[in-house]
Amino acid sequence: MIRLEKRPQPSQFWTAFTPVLAVMLTMVAGGILFAILGKDPFVAIKTIFWDPILGDFAFYYRSQLLVKGAPLILIAIGLSLGFRAGIWNIGAEGQYIIGAICGAAVGLAFYPMEARWLIFPLMILAGALGGFLWAMIPAILKTRFNTNEILVSLLLVYVAEQILASMALGPLRNPEGSGFPGSRNLRQYEAASNQELIANSGVHWGVIAAFIAVILAYVLLNRHMLGFQIRLTGQSPRAARFAGVRPNLLVVFCLGASGALAGLAGMFEVAGPAGQISIDFNVGYGFTAIIVAFLGRLHPVGILLAGLLMALTYIGGEAAQATLGLPAAAIQAFQGMLLFFLLAVDVLSNYRVRIGTTEAA
Amino acid sequence: MNRRTLLAGAALALAMGGTAFAGSHGPTKACFVYVGPIGDGGWTYQHHQGALAVKEEFGDKVEIAWQESVPEGADSERVLTQFALSGCNIIFTTSFGYMDPTNTVAAKFPDVKFEHATGYKREHPNVSTYDARFYEGRAVIGTIAGHMTKTNKIGYIASFPIPEVIQGINSYYHHAKKVNPDVELVVTWVSTWFDPAKEADAARAMIDQGVDVITAHTDSTAPLAEAAKENGAVVGFGQASDMAAFKPSPRVASIIDNWAPYYVKRVGQVMDGTYEQVASWAGMPEGEVVIGEITEAVPPEVKAEAEAMIAAMTAGEYHPFTGPINKQDGTPWLAEGEVADDGTLAGMNFYIEGISGSVPQ
Repeated sequence: MIRLEKRPQPSQFWTAFTPVLAVMLTMVAGGILFAILGKDPFVAIKTIFWDPILGDFAFYYRSQLLVKGAPLILIAIGLSLGFRAGIWNIGAEGQYIIGAICGAAVGLAFYPMEARWLIFPLMILAGALGGFLWAMIPAILKTRFNTNEILVSLLLVYVAEQILASMALGPLRNPEGSGFPGSRNLRQYEAASNQELIANSGVHWGVIAAFIAVILAYVLLNRHMLGFQIRLTGQSPRAARFAGVRPNLLVVFCLGASGALAGLAGMFEVAGPAGQISIDFNVGYGFTAIIVAFLGRLHPVGILLAGLLMALTYIGGEAAQATLGLPAAAIQAFQGMLLFFLLAVDVLSNYRVRIGTTEAA
Repeated sequence: MNRRTLLAGAALALAMGGTAFAGSHGPTKACFVYVGPIGDGGWTYQHHQGALAVKEEFGDKVEIAWQESVPEGADSERVLTQFALSGCNIIFTTSFGYMDPTNTVAAKFPDVKFEHATGYKREHPNVSTYDARFYEGRAVIGTIAGHMTKTNKIGYIASFPIPEVIQGINSYYHHAKKVNPDVELVVTWVSTWFDPAKEADAARAMIDQGVDVITAHTDSTAPLAEAAKENGAVVGFGQASDMAAFKPSPRVASIIDNWAPYYVKRVGQVMDGTYEQVASWAGMPEGEVVIGEITEAVPPEVKAEAEAMIAAMTAGEYHPFTGPINKQDGTPWLAEGEVADDGTLAGMNFYIEGISGSVPQ
């Protein structure tokens, strides 16, 4: 018989290897799914994982990997700090929206002034501050009234979506848009636009910010007292308290940092790839980033790779839809499998598989 | 457009090299970007019917490709670029939110024709817009609703407060009120184009308030499915598509968006070289707005009245917005016999007199 035996401590090998195993299992199961839909599974997997990097139009797709991956990485880095300490910010999507609104509002307020040196940095600050303040709502409610930050942060996403809609229809609406919803296009306003820094590379300021965040998070977690406190709180809250960790301060820091990073991601997105505040500006980066954080094992470098992988499944998935005629739902199911297998094989890092008769413990 | 994007466009055009130009020797490629799944049974389904009609009309001389459930915003820009790179000669973007991405990508691919549905921006010579006068259909079903309601409460499930939707609400109410002065209109905003659960909830809430005729400006069949639970006490209309599965009741009539004539015409013009930029706004006379079968659940005299109205609009003898009509606050809008001009309609952001509530801002 097969049974699971709890490991005394998580296996290091499996902790590192399970994401790879999960990706491989996803390819196999996804291949079966595509075959059932009547498509050649090898061509489909190649279209999703290979073509965007090395196929005919890779020169375009490679840049798009950065465009799609950067907000995921930026948000996931912030979330991972809290997740390590057992502080669950599920509302990054809301902080992303508020950051975008604040950043865009500052930019639009200066329209049509040309002082980019002033406007763009102010927008970055406004974006980070907006996300930070939105995350402070669950943080303060938790530290003062001990509310559940999961629920508060999640429900604030829906509040943020309503604010977004009212901004697109009201205060931020393009005055030259004959009543249609949506703001001016920030990409057409030089002083406020988050342009590509090198043509066709996909590298905009948000991509730079994502890389900086990865490095800072790495330094913080490995070289800094605060990083140690975060890790310690996650592993043993009681021990952390004896070690002098102030839990409330940690809650404020983790939620604030993840909020600010999500807000930054929103600001870079609205000034760059999206271009404008519109009713459906947000497309779920804040939620997908949760998957990215776990896929990357809450480790900064892991998150960097996981964000790029996730971006690849989006871009390759779109390509598979357009060229192979795969339905959108099949691609979403494929992405869902990735998280499912990741969680499923996680059992291997915490448990040992024993085949044979039961032994005395 | 600034210099940087111009260079980017040139580089992209060079890099795509032979692939895009190969299209001019082989079949003409027509590509379609959908906001929902083809299986929505409404808006996207009808656009896909139009795409299939193009294939039917031209056979081997055209190739069609499509992508469904494409989020509005930055992601759609990538999908459009992907289509342009893969050799599409004409690309139809079938939702309002694709407006800015359509114009952005069109700048980079001057040889590809772009057709944007329901928008107003034509920033480049290769961008055309097309829309249908759905409010003509609303006039007909408003007339039916005014006669059919027993509670004198009729409902309208609205998506976003854009002019197209406001036109529909006003036209529906105006014509219901004409035949039934006691009629009261309940508008519910669901802030989505396609979300069967939300649409069903909205329908349910209206039915609980005593509404017995429901129309929807969203894409799914969920409102009709909800009405069907009332065993004939509540009726509704097919929206965008015929939704014939709900005949003869609760679906007593339908507004069908028939994009086929326009799609066939435009693709044909690309093939024979007569294509020119247009801003098309067609309705019943052109066969773009069609009323589906009025079922036996509607009394014969009401059906006759509705058919007479269809005939008058098709012949161009009747305009749904013919005065006297006042705005909601009682100020005069159209004098006796005056007809609304297209400019006002295209930017409509006010209710007419008699509708309670306000347009969300």
